Amino acid sequence: VTETSPSLVLVLLVGALFGTGVYLLLERSLSRVLVGVTLVGNGANLLLLLAGGAAGAPPLVGVGTDQHMADPLPQALVLTAIVITLGLSAFLLAMAFRSWQLQGHDEVQDDLEDRRIARRVARGDLVPQELDDIGATLAQEAVEVRDETVHGEAREDLRAALEESGLLAGQGPPPRGPLHPGPHHPLPLSAPDEDGRR
Amino acid sequence: MMTVSSLVALPVAVPLVGAGLTLAFSRRPRIQRLITVVVLTVVLVVAVALLVATNANGIIVTSVGGWGAPIGIPLVVDRLSALMLLVSSLVILCVLLYSLAQGVADGDEGAPLAIYHPTYLVLAAGVANAFLSGDLFNIYVGFEMLLAASFVLLTLGGTRERIRAGTIYVVVSLLSSLLFLTAIALIYAATGTVNLAQLAERLQEIDPGIRLLLEGVLLIAFLIKAAVFPLSAWLPDSYPTAPAPVTAVFAGLLTKVGVYAMIRTQTLLFPGGELRDLLMVAALATMVVGILGAVAQSDIKRLLSFTLVSHIGFMVFGLALSSRAGLSAAIFYVVHHITVQTALFLVVGLIERRGGTTSLDRLGSLARYTPLLAVLFFVPAMNLAGIPPMSGFLGKVGLLQAGLVDGRPLSWALVVGGLVTSLLTLYAVAKAWNKAFWQDAPAPLPQVRTPRGMVAPTAVLVAVGVAVAAVAGPLYRYTDLAADSLRAREPYISAVLASQPGRGPVDDLAVAVDGAIP
Repeated sequence: VTETSPSLVLVLLVGALFGTGVYLLLERSLSRVLVGVTLVGNGANLLLLLAGGAAGAPPLVGVGTDQHMADPLPQALVLTAIVITLGLSAFLLAMAFRSWQLQGHDEVQDDLEDRRIARRVARGDLVPQELDDIGATLAQEAVEVRDETVHGEAREDLRAALEESGLLAGQGPPPRGPLHPGPHHPLPLSAPDEDGRR
Repeated sequence: MMTVSSLVALPVAVPLVGAGLTLAFSRRPRIQRLITVVVLTVVLVVAVALLVATNANGIIVTSVGGWGAPIGIPLVVDRLSALMLLVSSLVILCVLLYSLAQGVADGDEGAPLAIYHPTYLVLAAGVANAFLSGDLFNIYVGFEMLLAASFVLLTLGGTRERIRAGTIYVVVSLLSSLLFLTAIALIYAATGTVNLAQLAERLQEIDPGIRLLLEGVLLIAFLIKAAVFPLSAWLPDSYPTAPAPVTAVFAGLLTKVGVYAMIRTQTLLFPGGELRDLLMVAALATMVVGILGAVAQSDIKRLLSFTLVSHIGFMVFGLALSSRAGLSAAIFYVVHHITVQTALFLVVGLIERRGGTTSLDRLGSLARYTPLLAVLFFVPAMNLAGIPPMSGFLGKVGLLQAGLVDGRPLSWALVVGGLVTSLLTLYAVAKAWNKAFWQDAPAPLPQVRTPRGMVAPTAVLVAVGVAVAAVAGPLYRYTDLAADSLRAREPYISAVLASQPGRGPVDDLAVAVDGAIP
């Protein structure tokens, strides 16, 4: 009887890779997302390898006995999957770089509809309410969170409109929780233009 | 028979060879264009031949590289995949001609878009591979091909807007691919095979609880790809920013590949239907939430992206019914929706050229300036909403009928949801038509001509959309047979497993692998 159950350490490793990978996937910075994708990808590849059962002799006909051969199919599948994950990770990396080139950061954008609602609040079309557990209003968040859909002066206009309407007054800056990572991404020294040239 | 079965690999192989050639000629745009057109025309002809042959002689199987069925990778053409292949190659060719005319009109035959042709051909090969593959892992490879190509096409030029939209699309797609890969690993661990026909047999022998788990993981991966609510939010954010022809081909094909994968795996691998009710609820939510999103939009591209999400719900509805009538209508609806949605996005590309924008608040008077464009938008828009003589109506009637025959309260809820969705679709597209074509333009329109080369492929696709209604009788007979074959499962399984066992080493290996797996 051949031993077919995979090593427990590797099974736990798959779990750890998936767990940390999913945690990183939920981050806003694209480079962390990339690490998350890589970790989950490695977890999936390892899982595929484990699916073939325990390690065995080289799967060559005529070398060793058939009973102790490793299952060659998962290895072939894993090789294919590794190449694919590598290629797509490279693309993601290029996108993160391009995003940094263009905007000075690589954060994933807000939802467009959320942005639209925030702008309606700024114009006074909607009444903002206490929305989240840290007690920040929608209006405060609209200013505080980086808005990739509005650039330069438009952003200052938004802040001015909010201050004018009194939505920001007297409440002070909202607490910096994990929801408000703040501007810890340094801007490049000179702002690149639309084509990324300096 | 031998000649027909050797045709099966061509829709995948020829575009890949073409992609290599166009890459080699990346400094010669004329030759690139010629190669791409020839390749895609060949694929279209092959697709027609395969459809005819499959309809006459039944399922065609090719073992790639001569390796026999459970070991090698089979490419399988049954009625469903032949039809999907035909419609997709037609759409891909039309969109290519459109984009060529656009490139010529813009005069940007030069450098940055030299990668357009190779990428587009890889996309075509990936779509064909996903449709033809009889092997779960090979479907994954097909998905990755078309996804990698779509990443490049979506972010063409790398502008701020496209990178922003592309980020969401790329991350969500990668996540769904990794889920798919995980599902494959788990399925292999449970059954020891990734061959669809063999899986169909072995999955029935394993523990039902584990089978349900495998079905769930696989389904989630496909539901993301098909953009079914609540896994649909990525689509309306990412599609509209791409160039018009790219959006058109994505909207027409990529989500439908997900729908196809769902139809294939649900009918062949998991015929028990344990997750039917879940799919029904998802279908209802997709229809209603999607169309409510569309009603709220003021940009035609975003509006159409939301109708795209919404109408995926109809196909999932048909699949969830999994009766003969339901599956048949779902397949019919896929054909209708591919042609109509692509045509609409191509027309929007023309509107954008003529009016300078796709925002409904700034467009107007287009009916007076370009009556032809008004007709080209009106016909597929009414088709999408399901106005009686057209294919959208016939598809919806088929689905609703199948739902009524099913007769359970949930099916009734879906029938009502489908009717409401159709009405709201009519409202949304009528609003778009009124604002873009009928109201007086808020500002004078720019004086530009829409190139004939772009109008002609659009008109062809609009006409195909109408023609689907004209051939609805034969088409429904065909989809009925396709649904029968899907439900029977046996023809597919025996055709694949009885295919040529291949050369000598195959038999030895088969013994070895069978020995290694308990």
